[in-house]
Amino acid sequence: MAGEEPGFVSRGFVGKPHGPGADRLPPGQYLERGFPVLTAGPTPRVEPSDWSFRIDGMVDHELEWSWEEFGRLPAEDVPCDIHCVTKWSKLGISFRGVSVDVLLDSARPQGEFSMARSFGGYTTNLALDDLTGGRAWVVTEHEGAPLPREHGGPARLLVPHLYFWKSAKWVSGLRIMDHDEPGFWEANGYHNRGDPWQEQRYWSD
Amino acid sequence: MVGLSEAPQRAPGRWQIAEVERIRVETPRTKTFRLRPPMWVPHLPGQHYDVRLTAPDGYRAERSYSIASSPLDEGAVELTVDRLDGGEVSTYLHDVLVEGDQVEIRGPFASYFVWRGEEPVLLIGGGSGVVPLMCMLRHRRRTAPDLPMRLLYSARTRAEVIYADELGDDAIVALTREPEGAPAPDLPRVQLGRIFPGLLAAEAFDSGLAFVCGSNSFVESIAQMLLAVGYAPDRIRTERFGPTG
Repeated sequence: MAGEEPGFVSRGFVGKPHGPGADRLPPGQYLERGFPVLTAGPTPRVEPSDWSFRIDGMVDHELEWSWEEFGRLPAEDVPCDIHCVTKWSKLGISFRGVSVDVLLDSARPQGEFSMARSFGGYTTNLALDDLTGGRAWVVTEHEGAPLPREHGGPARLLVPHLYFWKSAKWVSGLRIMDHDEPGFWEANGYHNRGDPWQEQRYWSD
Repeated sequence: MVGLSEAPQRAPGRWQIAEVERIRVETPRTKTFRLRPPMWVPHLPGQHYDVRLTAPDGYRAERSYSIASSPLDEGAVELTVDRLDGGEVSTYLHDVLVEGDQVEIRGPFASYFVWRGEEPVLLIGGGSGVVPLMCMLRHRRRTAPDLPMRLLYSARTRAEVIYADELGDDAIVALTREPEGAPAPDLPRVQLGRIFPGLLAAEAFDSGLAFVCGSNSFVESIAQMLLAVGYAPDRIRTERFGPTG
């Protein structure tokens, strides 16, 4: 992390008791019990009948699933912790969805990078390394119920090992690319990769 | 557009030990902290700073706070902070920090919820969501006073209105919980009750941007009203705070 100031202590600051779970909090994060909403604009309204998920770009086979077809893919439960760059973390949360490994398997990507895109125009870039190996999903359920609209329903990307802006809400597809490009927040001051354990919040981190 | 300073493409991003120059009580729940970092850079209205507290055992807590002051205030940056009961950082800033203390900050950050001189501009804030909007309003007054910019500001009561003495004819305050029988609020333009579609329609512009900041439920309700009065989604920039269920 940039610019450490060793030895500085805030006069009179003790902090909350660092209780159980503290070791699951990345640096600078605090525990949140609610589920805050962060969206750059109005919440899009996407009906499952209008939803589809498409993989295109540098792939052997471009693929597209309707909501119904997507529902027939093998789904799994994903228990995880999530970390938002605005400093809150939520521990022990659960989603259910389809592993990105399953989605990419028959598309056969030929590039190392990707851009996830959403209904409403949001984009975020991810290296394929961060999307594969059982570390990313397209999820449609949260705590056993359909994913609420304000949290990205009917479907969002879930990449819990990176800051949560990478987990694109209302996700509509992935473009596989042979080069890296910044997505929406990455072009607006935030870090290109966003690893919370390295506190990669902003460009310069 | 004159007088708008360019923010550096790459924010310095370094933690700096700033001096607390002045603390102003704005309302019973909000204070403004005027800080002087050793390496000041101009910000864009709407940007934020991160504040970091470190305990003697090394434990740290960080939060982001919007900048309230104009970037023409060279050398200083003002952060207006709402005191949240049980909040780890805001209670420290309110209850412990005094003028002359030091506090670690870094910034300014982010480049989406920022005003770069576009016009016309509609600003809609709920509670302390008014803070980044006030930065825009203050900066417009100092750089381009004739530029069309209006503020709609929703607060619970007159006592909770931040920056009340700076609100002029370009601001309408909606008081949602003003007690019955309270004296008429001493504000140029005020209405009792929530911001409603008719009010928004009357104040909306046919072009330009709307900046909406507040709790998630406030922002969501205002964004839906803006869509209904003809704002396309790409004209609406939102910043939300606070948890939902």
